[in-house]
Amino acid sequence: MDTTQIQETIQMVKEDNFDIRTITMGISLLDTVGGSAEETAKNVYKKVTTYAKNLVAVGQQIEREYGVPITNKRISVTPVSLIAGSADEKEILVLAHALDDAAKEVGVDFIGGYSALVQKGFSHGDLALIKSLPTALTETDVVMSSINVGSSKAGINLDAVKLMGETIKAITDKSDTANSKMVVFANAVEDNPFMAGAFHGVSEPDVVINVGVSGPGVVKRALEQVKGESITTVAETIKKTAFKITRVGQLVGTVAAERLGVPFGIVDLSLAPTPARGDSVAEVLEEIGLEQVGTHGTTAALMLLNDAVKKGGVMASQGVGGLSGAFIPVSEDAGMIDAVKAGTLSLAKLEAMTSVCSVGLDMIAIPGETDATKISAMIADEAAIGVQNNKTTAVRILPTNGAKVGDMVDYGGLLGTAPVMPVVPKSSADFINRGGHVPAPIHSFKN
Amino acid sequence: MIKAVVTVVGQDQTGIVAGVATVLSNHGVNILDMSQTIMSQTFTMSMLVGIDEADDFNEVYAALKEEGSRLGVTIHIQREEIFDTMAHI
Repeated sequence: MDTTQIQETIQMVKEDNFDIRTITMGISLLDTVGGSAEETAKNVYKKVTTYAKNLVAVGQQIEREYGVPITNKRISVTPVSLIAGSADEKEILVLAHALDDAAKEVGVDFIGGYSALVQKGFSHGDLALIKSLPTALTETDVVMSSINVGSSKAGINLDAVKLMGETIKAITDKSDTANSKMVVFANAVEDNPFMAGAFHGVSEPDVVINVGVSGPGVVKRALEQVKGESITTVAETIKKTAFKITRVGQLVGTVAAERLGVPFGIVDLSLAPTPARGDSVAEVLEEIGLEQVGTHGTTAALMLLNDAVKKGGVMASQGVGGLSGAFIPVSEDAGMIDAVKAGTLSLAKLEAMTSVCSVGLDMIAIPGETDATKISAMIADEAAIGVQNNKTTAVRILPTNGAKVGDMVDYGGLLGTAPVMPVVPKSSADFINRGGHVPAPIHSFKN
Repeated sequence: MIKAVVTVVGQDQTGIVAGVATVLSNHGVNILDMSQTIMSQTFTMSMLVGIDEADDFNEVYAALKEEGSRLGVTIHIQREEIFDTMAHI
């Protein structure tokens, strides 16, 4: 019995906020399609409530037995636009409600997959789904949505980018917080257990268990032990810590899959912050040697962090997938909020950081009067970074009506609070209004 | 049999070992190994125990939590695999 190991593990949970962020059950809805949206909705409700009926109980039991908190139990489903090909924007809402009702029935925290993949163009169902978003996201509570507008293979659908800017504005007009439940992706991944972007890809099996692990606090604590040492040591320390964290995810995922009688998919090792002090990616970057996140050197430190996390995780799990890396949301990270308030962290620097982090511009509040085309232009920039660099990027931006730059907006719980950030006043409208398709980059032609 | 690690941390006082051991014994839990020290007035103990049926885990868990609050110390019980997994490939 090695008491040092025991103490280390207990400290990670009790003092460093280590948690399994989520056990996410992916469920295929491809066999639920009926003759009408109502019939499909009934099948969806039945399948989700049958497959996931023990998910929460099993999660809680594992939590108790292993002493590691499992913060969320979630479900991801096949992008709904694929099972609603003939529905219009009103008919498709019955599916949003079926997901919401099913999720509440089984007691999960979120259900993701009210999604459409439109990087190459819109199908009838895709358009219906996107147009239904303002109503769907305000009438339901736990349904999460994602729209993929670009990929390295397909390029960027600028019409979709334009439409999503308008949609985000329309959602804001109904609710200041509903946009936190929707993300616009480029290169979306099919096995991501994290919200708002989780959906169950079409190439996935009928049902699967994916696990999302977090733990920026644990990484920060480990780095405190190597103050002043070379950056090589920093990278090694992050790798070793990521390895340990991922092993726990692997164990929890294996046990959960076995008890639920479902195949185990992947561990997504993402440093996902929460608003709690000591659970912050910004603080990890500062521990590497930055006075405050957002200053010069931030992108380099983040690149090292993101890469070392992936390297440590890959060896520790049978299958690493999802987004794996470091998330840099503003509202969910105490250190990011401080840096924005202090004027150290700007939107431009955040954009640069998204070229090396695991996802993109996340949980950023902007003034409510920001023009739809400007939001679209932000999405286009992010999509460009993702498409050109073969990485996932995303925008989850929160225009807030009546708020001006510097105001604090509260989103509640894990979503935190965000300071309203300034946007560049000059127009991008003529660019976005061109519409059409940004061709795939030359390096996508690999066949 | 499943193996679990019981850890006890708190202000030192008479009867902690006896109290925890009694609870374990009452539930038929076998103590396989133990280690205990006092670090600046703080009592810390780790025990490796064997529990016969997986179903008994919840009962042992609840009984230890109750004993912990009676003694005013923090008691955790966790399945042993979590520690093994993290430190070994």
